[in-house]
Amino acid sequence: MADPALFEFLHTEMVAELWAQDPDPGPGGQKTSLLVLEGMGFRVGQALGERLPRETLTFREELDILKFLCKDLWVAVFHKQMDSLRTNHQGTYVLQDNSFPLLVRMASGLQYLEEAPKFLAFTCGLLRGTLSTLGVKSLVTASVAALPACKFQVVIQKL
Amino acid sequence: MSRPAHRRPEYRKINKDLFVLTYGALVAQLCKDYEKDEDVNKYLDTMGYGIGTRLVEDFLARSCVRRCHSYSEIADIIAQVAFKMYLGITPSVTCNNASRNEFSLILDKNPLVEFVEELPTGRSSLCYCNLLCGIIRGALEMVHLAADVTFLQDRLKGDSVTEIGITFLKKLDEKKYRRKK
Repeated sequence: MADPALFEFLHTEMVAELWAQDPDPGPGGQKTSLLVLEGMGFRVGQALGERLPRETLTFREELDILKFLCKDLWVAVFHKQMDSLRTNHQGTYVLQDNSFPLLVRMASGLQYLEEAPKFLAFTCGLLRGTLSTLGVKSLVTASVAALPACKFQVVIQKL
Repeated sequence: MSRPAHRRPEYRKINKDLFVLTYGALVAQLCKDYEKDEDVNKYLDTMGYGIGTRLVEDFLARSCVRRCHSYSEIADIIAQVAFKMYLGITPSVTCNNASRNEFSLILDKNPLVEFVEELPTGRSSLCYCNLLCGIIRGALEMVHLAADVTFLQDRLKGDSVTEIGITFLKKLDEKKYRRKK
């Protein structure tokens, strides 16, 4: 059984290395690195989704799926529940974590605010990937106002 | 009422799988970025080194190991304490030479390759788990021990076991720069 700390260490190293190897440090280059991290998170999210117990795969409503992400998935991956879930009941959901584990060790407050998105890209992909396995196409973005709190915005894409 | 979510076995499994799956995604991404196996191997080793230099603090804080007096004690600790703590496995340790500075860790089970059946086509020299070598090397260097760490055998390449070789080089001498009187 792999110790949870290993994932955090690996994630931090991935962010550092995938950023460092980019020769184009401008906005275009940054976007590529974020996409790469998000893509990796997506693959892992899909694979995790496939490992979920059978009964979780039948949800009655979209909101149930999001509640599942906030409670069960978040606990399984980050050992805590999401702190709040809001929705406009029209396919947009905002998931708020007041103390996101991948940001907690970085800083508290406004320091490193610019760096924070890099540490959220993988998790956005993870959410998008798990949703995809559960049959939901979505767009997931994240924002940080002050570390270590962050918000994940999930917009369901209607086919 | 059902048990709290984090204690349910299926969610423990998800957590355990998270690292292994993330590692797999990383290796896949590196294979896309680099054509040569040597480059991927080197990159994994470098990343592992970075992780090892930080992991060692986490390890020392959580394991309360005593100061070691020989390389063979260190090899034992790596296998029986560190591997157990982080990967839940205990490789066996053998000493490979009379001067007692070359050791092998034989991995019977390897969680990192749980979802890997075989190496991708055209990637026969890929050391899939090379991150581990870098981690060990980085961790040892932080405690002033220089070592070469490589895979001597790899089940993914057709060998019968997976074997990591650790060769302790001369101890990094902290007194090296003291001026001769």
